[in-house]
Amino acid sequence: MKYKSQKVAYWFFALSMLLVSLQIIYGFIMGFAHMGFDNLHELIPFNTARAVHTNLLVVWLLSGFMGAAYYIIPEEAEEELVSVKLAYVQLISLAIVGVIAVVGYHFNYWEGRKFLEIPRPLDWLVVVNVLTFLGIILATLFKGKKRTTTAMVLTMGLVFAALLYLPGMIWFDNQTMDSFFRWWVVHLWVEGVWELIMGGILSFLLIKITGVDREVIEKWLYVIVGLTFISGILGTGHHYYYIGAGKTWLLVGGIFSALEPLAFLGMALFAVAMYRKGEKKHPNKIALNWTLGTAIVSFVGAGLLGLAHTLPQVNMYTHGTLVTAMHGHLAFWGAYAMINLAIISYTLPNLTGRKLYDSNRGALAFWLSNIGMLGMTVAFGVAGVAQVYMERIMGVEFGEVQKEIQVHFFILICCATMFTTGIILYIAEFVKYGTPSDEALVAAA
Amino acid sequence: MLSKSQAKTFFLGGTVVTFAVFLGLSWNTLSKEVPKRTHEENLTPQVVRGKKIWEANNCMGCHTILGEGAYYAPELTKVYERRGEGYIKAALMSPVPWSPRGRKMVAYNMPEQDAADVVAFLKWIGETDLNGFPAKHKYNTTPNTK
Ligand code: HEC
Ligand code: HEM
Ligand code: HEM
Ligand SMILES: [Fe+2]
Repeated sequence: MKYKSQKVAYWFFALSMLLVSLQIIYGFIMGFAHMGFDNLHELIPFNTARAVHTNLLVVWLLSGFMGAAYYIIPEEAEEELVSVKLAYVQLISLAIVGVIAVVGYHFNYWEGRKFLEIPRPLDWLVVVNVLTFLGIILATLFKGKKRTTTAMVLTMGLVFAALLYLPGMIWFDNQTMDSFFRWWVVHLWVEGVWELIMGGILSFLLIKITGVDREVIEKWLYVIVGLTFISGILGTGHHYYYIGAGKTWLLVGGIFSALEPLAFLGMALFAVAMYRKGEKKHPNKIALNWTLGTAIVSFVGAGLLGLAHTLPQVNMYTHGTLVTAMHGHLAFWGAYAMINLAIISYTLPNLTGRKLYDSNRGALAFWLSNIGMLGMTVAFGVAGVAQVYMERIMGVEFGEVQKEIQVHFFILICCATMFTTGIILYIAEFVKYGTPSDEALVAAA
Repeated sequence: MLSKSQAKTFFLGGTVVTFAVFLGLSWNTLSKEVPKRTHEENLTPQVVRGKKIWEANNCMGCHTILGEGAYYAPELTKVYERRGEGYIKAALMSPVPWSPRGRKMVAYNMPEQDAADVVAFLKWIGETDLNGFPAKHKYNTTPNTK
């Protein structure tokens, strides 16, 4: 750790660890409900569990991204953050907004729009929070000595993510319009600007871990984010096939979304190639695992499993089934959960001055969580495909089909248990590292 | 070999061009396609009230509509056609969790007026031109009960 203000990152990461634990608990509630055990129905109905599960996911990922930016920007810009105090205020207000939202979901205080359940009055608090965050980052960059491509791509991703949140706040009477703009947030985030954030963090990690020349890494970063936008922006059309938005999107969305995996393929090839080219001397093998892991698993979860249902002919049958949940899990995990765990694993030794990076526990956390998540993906996938055939092709009623596929949720729960064991080990490791200290700063210098 | 500045141009140029096309297509969709396909002339105040109830209760947290939402409860885009008004009202006005097939819905115990608003919303949704979604089944294994 070269800059004292980087310490603030630790607390954003700690918030992420807390929220991911809660997210998983609500995941289990839904898994059991799908299996037929909805004993908590009166207290936590399925829609509450779901809103909490997905919103906690988004908040812990964002908290991780913010922590990553607070760590990366000072180092890249060679400048301390302009205000550490404000960064702590921003952290606390983020936590407060999150808590109010999640508690509200238990008392029917929400807006039933998938992923955007946060009520509009609270949205304004989110806006203020994010503006504070961006203010700190931009002012630091502006004051700093250097503006590297890595820092610029990361910052661009964060700024665009904030801008794209706004269309999701407009009210429409027409459900189709509502849905149309909901995708400007949901799709253009995960298949657009969040890939810039991921690319920026990945590039930072590769520069640090492999020691390959920055110019080479950043050149490929441009190519990857170029592919992302060229395919991803018009690829939004794959959500416009069947919502009343017209026929043009069948063609445009079909073609461009089918190109989206290229960006993820690029990311995977890029990470592996840089690793091969690099000197393989960096001692933090756990961070390396997560870094290569995120590039590869995101290609499988987002790229391949996205491609599996993105053509209109297929999506006609899979649209809004458990097939989507299969893809959603591995994509979010591979791309955005793993990139967060990668940057956390990389920064912890630097922040705390403790070098626990060849512990067995860290490696076990990596393998158990990944194999567990892969198993969950298969369970969702089998359930989803069975659902598609029975409900959409054979015409069996929804409720009857769900009874037939309950057994797959038993498998889901088994794999989720393995996954959760991995996450518990990861968090145990996080706790063992302890809190950041200025001694670490001295040691590093 | 590709240089860094060429790579940057590829990124910026590609982004600007595709984004411009995207805005153009979106404009066309929103101004021409959506009003026609959703029959905006039928979007009455009652339908809007129904939509508000739909959102205030997060029905999308269990159901899908237009294929979007959760995978825990039936797709509702065509529910008006499939079940009819009486059945839907019964589900919404039930004082105990509605669950003829075992899985529980929240017991909304809705006043008749609110239930009628939701029915109006679901009827309107069902008339949207969705490019053929949901696909017609190849077989008809369980006859639908009204
Ligand atoms: C906790 C989850 C949950 C929530 C929230 C929920 N539902 Fe349901 N709903 C269900 C389930 C499960 C069924 C199927 C019950 C059965 O057939 O056994 C159902 C059935 C229905 C049906 C009949 C569908 C059919 O094809 O048989 C309608 C209509 C309906 N719900 C409307 C709504 C509306 C409107 C809301 C919001 C005000 C809502 N539901 C909220 C779970 C939910
Ligand atoms: C990291 C990147 C990605 C993430 C996190 C992600 C996540 C998700 C999620 C959560 C949904 C459900 C959204 C909703 O219904 O509100 C979804 C839907 C979808 N995704 Fe992705 N996705 C990613 C990349 C991709 C890619 C690259 C493709 C195509 C090649 C793709 C194709 C699709 C399609 C077609 C749907 C619609 C499914 C349906 O009709 O129900 N996704 N994705
Ligand atoms: C470990 C235990 C987990 C379990 C048991 C679990 C289970 C579930 C279930 C049952 C659903 C609801 C599907 C429905 O609507 O019927 C769901 C939704 C979702 N979960 Fe999880 N989950 C877990 C962990 C995770 C993790 C770690 C992530 C992210 C990395 C994640 C991301 C999501 C997303 C994005 C959705 C929405 C999917 C969609 O709408 O298509 N879940 N989860
Ligand atoms: Fe998408």
